[in-house]
Amino acid sequence: MTDGIGARAKRKEDRRFTTGKGKYTDDIRVENQAYAAFVRCPVAHARINGIDASAALAMEGVIAVHTGPELKADGIGDLIAGWAITSKDGSPMKTGVWSPLVTEYGRYVGDAIAIVVAETQAQARAAAEAVEVDFEELPAVVVADKALEEGAAQVHENVPGNLIYTWELGDEARTDAAMANASHVTELDIVNNRLSPNAMEPRSAVAVYDEAEDHYTLYTTSQNPHVARLVLSAFYNVAPEHKLRVIAPDVGGGFGSKIYIYPEEIACLWASMKTGRSVKWTSERGEAFLTDAHGRDHVTKAKMGFDNEGRIVAFHVDTIANLGAYASLFATVTPTYLYGTLWSGQYDIPAIYGTVRAVHTNTVPVDAYRGAGRPEATYMIERMMEVAAREMRMDPAELRRRNFIREFPYQTQVILAYDSGDFDAILDKAQKAADVAGFPERRAEAEARGKLRGLGYSTFIEACGLAPSAAVGSLGAGVGLWESAEVRVNPVGTVEILTGAHSHGQGHETTFAQLVSDRFGVPIDNVQIVHGDTDKVQFGMGTYGSRSGPVGMSAVMKALDKVEAKAKKIAAHTLEASEDDLVIENGEVKVAGTDRKMGWHEVALAAYTAHNLPEGLEPGLKEGAFFDPVNFSFPSGALICEVEVDPETGVTEVVQFTAADDFGTIINPMIVEGQVHGGVTQGIGQALLERVVYDEDGQLVTGSYMDYCMPRADDVPSYVLDHHSTPSPNNPLGLKGCGEAGAIGAPPAVINAITDAIGTDDLQMPATPMAVWQALAWARSPVAAE
Amino acid sequence: MTKVTMTVNGKAQTRDVPDTTLLSDFLREELRLTGTHVGCDTSQCGACVVHVDGRAVKACTALAVALDGAEVTTIEGVAQGKELHPMQVAFNDHHGLQCGFCTPGMIMTGIDMVERYKASGLPLTEEAIRHELEGNICRCTGYHNIVRAIEDAAQKMQAAPAAAAE
Repeated sequence: MTDGIGARAKRKEDRRFTTGKGKYTDDIRVENQAYAAFVRCPVAHARINGIDASAALAMEGVIAVHTGPELKADGIGDLIAGWAITSKDGSPMKTGVWSPLVTEYGRYVGDAIAIVVAETQAQARAAAEAVEVDFEELPAVVVADKALEEGAAQVHENVPGNLIYTWELGDEARTDAAMANASHVTELDIVNNRLSPNAMEPRSAVAVYDEAEDHYTLYTTSQNPHVARLVLSAFYNVAPEHKLRVIAPDVGGGFGSKIYIYPEEIACLWASMKTGRSVKWTSERGEAFLTDAHGRDHVTKAKMGFDNEGRIVAFHVDTIANLGAYASLFATVTPTYLYGTLWSGQYDIPAIYGTVRAVHTNTVPVDAYRGAGRPEATYMIERMMEVAAREMRMDPAELRRRNFIREFPYQTQVILAYDSGDFDAILDKAQKAADVAGFPERRAEAEARGKLRGLGYSTFIEACGLAPSAAVGSLGAGVGLWESAEVRVNPVGTVEILTGAHSHGQGHETTFAQLVSDRFGVPIDNVQIVHGDTDKVQFGMGTYGSRSGPVGMSAVMKALDKVEAKAKKIAAHTLEASEDDLVIENGEVKVAGTDRKMGWHEVALAAYTAHNLPEGLEPGLKEGAFFDPVNFSFPSGALICEVEVDPETGVTEVVQFTAADDFGTIINPMIVEGQVHGGVTQGIGQALLERVVYDEDGQLVTGSYMDYCMPRADDVPSYVLDHHSTPSPNNPLGLKGCGEAGAIGAPPAVINAITDAIGTDDLQMPATPMAVWQALAWARSPVAAE
Repeated sequence: MTKVTMTVNGKAQTRDVPDTTLLSDFLREELRLTGTHVGCDTSQCGACVVHVDGRAVKACTALAVALDGAEVTTIEGVAQGKELHPMQVAFNDHHGLQCGFCTPGMIMTGIDMVERYKASGLPLTEEAIRHELEGNICRCTGYHNIVRAIEDAAQKMQAAPAAAAE
């Protein structure tokens, strides 16, 4: 039984997860293990005058307390931003220095000051409480737009005015001229709320130093272990790459937050060498809220001009992006090249211009979180479209259709060239699946029950699989964004795939095996996927940005091509046929049109016995490949949300949610649907429930699941899904990527539905009952009516 | 330190532990049953749900020393040898898990909910399942397929004798 491309194959990895046998980092216990806890900055901004660890060191079980200056003296490097952005005046970006443990100033609540190593976790945590930090509290700034105000507290001395860069994209003069001639201009102030990614598995690290070999091993919760090793080696100077093995075992979700290499991993590795003990640290959830990179946090003024037939003539964007206290790994590219390049949405917009000012504040670093820049762009554009339709008294779907791009490839005004799509078809499918025609009836029925029912659209496009490497390099990227794969056919015909992509919920052990099954007719149970270990896998860039399919699987396909070519050479020699006449079907290599054939396992065995190979052919059947795409891939979709609002309480219920997506070729529909369910739920979470709140002094108010509202099962409905496929021409399988689409597309659909229900657009996310009730009360008040 | 004896997955286990030891730590660190996960520190996420004397309990809210003599079933004790519990099978059949971290708690909660509704004779509707899952957070699946899995397992468990797995 084979499960090829398109099969709803059940996941091979599930057995260990459903029986409690998964192996996550915190499940690992090594020889000689001690535990770490961190002393953290208790205020948002402080000068550290001294650290007294004497009381802590005297406590039972405490092995060591180490501080920032010690790491610095040992040559441990500062954390880096992986993408250099140039300001519009041509000057390079200015970012503050981020030391793994602070050396002089603490710049957010949770900034790591010292590492405590003890025999047990409880002892380490108790001792961390006993380390006395002599600090002087300094003024702090928390909110993005306030960071730019005259007289705002300065987060870093070398970043005047807290301004990291002022980036621009598009043609300002043309956009201004077109805007001036527009017959209608829609203006909107938009806040994209700050979120905490909240993978359910907290971050964890186990650092093992082997003195005899001068070698380090790090088990860690990473989406990209090779990138972690590269950065830990080349920039943080922990150990050269050949002396450092990074293993990311089962990882319990990432959503971006586990891309980055955090201070804790650096400190644990260094402390392991210093103490001669293996050092384990596992974050508590409260610590995760304080220290895991947050997402989003934009404040935007947007303006869209239309002609008298509803065609967009100009789009103008002015955004301030809060990057927090330090510029994290992908932080600088997220609100620029992952955001501005999507300003055209699904629409043919002839003139676009925007600026993004990125700022430091005294909050935890903000970086890429599921969607990364693309949700912010989509939310802005799709709110604009809905508001514009209402202002111009047009049907919001019709306004979108009037502006849809219909010819591909399409060169936008903001760098990207869209590969393929059929926006009319996906909107048709969504409208049909959502029974838009029946909405007036449903609205009337809800009204009879005292509920306000609304319907909102979001027609989005996004860009996945950042590429090509040369292009991203020219835009400031510090790494290439290709992927690698190795296909090893064993002498018995079973297959191992080594991939640089990393699975932390995406189901690679099943879907990558489906590629092999499809090609050679091998059952997926005979295919093993190896990933997440720098000693086993050659190299790789990891999993984020929906890249495992379009980039990672493409590398596998290239390697499979090479294996197939060699297998055919061997079979042709044995069968005395021409390679061109061979076909591989159902686990057999056949001479087309004859009964001559070899079993797949016979070809594999022949490759390894090497008794009868074509002259000059090397034994073995193993090939590697690197794949660097020629362009991004561009998934798109049409989402339709229906809500009911209780006008008495402001409580919003999502009663129906429909998603019709174009992900190109689909390898496993079951898994793709699961990605959409999860993504949409995170989008609904952003729209209705989630917001990170710091108080004015920079203390985190939403530091637990009692304060930060995660979507629960009864906050969301069952989903209605459909899809329409236009394969991407940019990779061999025609894949577009599906991991982020839901989180990108859903928030505006929800807010458009609520604002439709309550009859006012004066509403920001999250649309909590209080926010909705207030918007409704204000809209209905006599003051607003004036 | 206090001596505590529990029957865990059918096997008597005795350990001397500090009085502050949570059941989740007892299972994970003393017995090395690491299928019980800890996803928060405020008893909200439900990744640590186990069964104590036949009832679903968040293992991070219970002190080990308070459970002397208790019968505990963890995710590792749900299958009958190699034969998975219908709830485990249903999670695989319906793609009710992605990263797998919340899954043990979801399965333990799911089994408990189905058994309770079965005993009470109340219908386990989608609305009821979603309400019952309020104490279990999943960040990956959006709950859609978890609900499908529990619906399916409930049907299959309806046919089976009550509490077969306990």
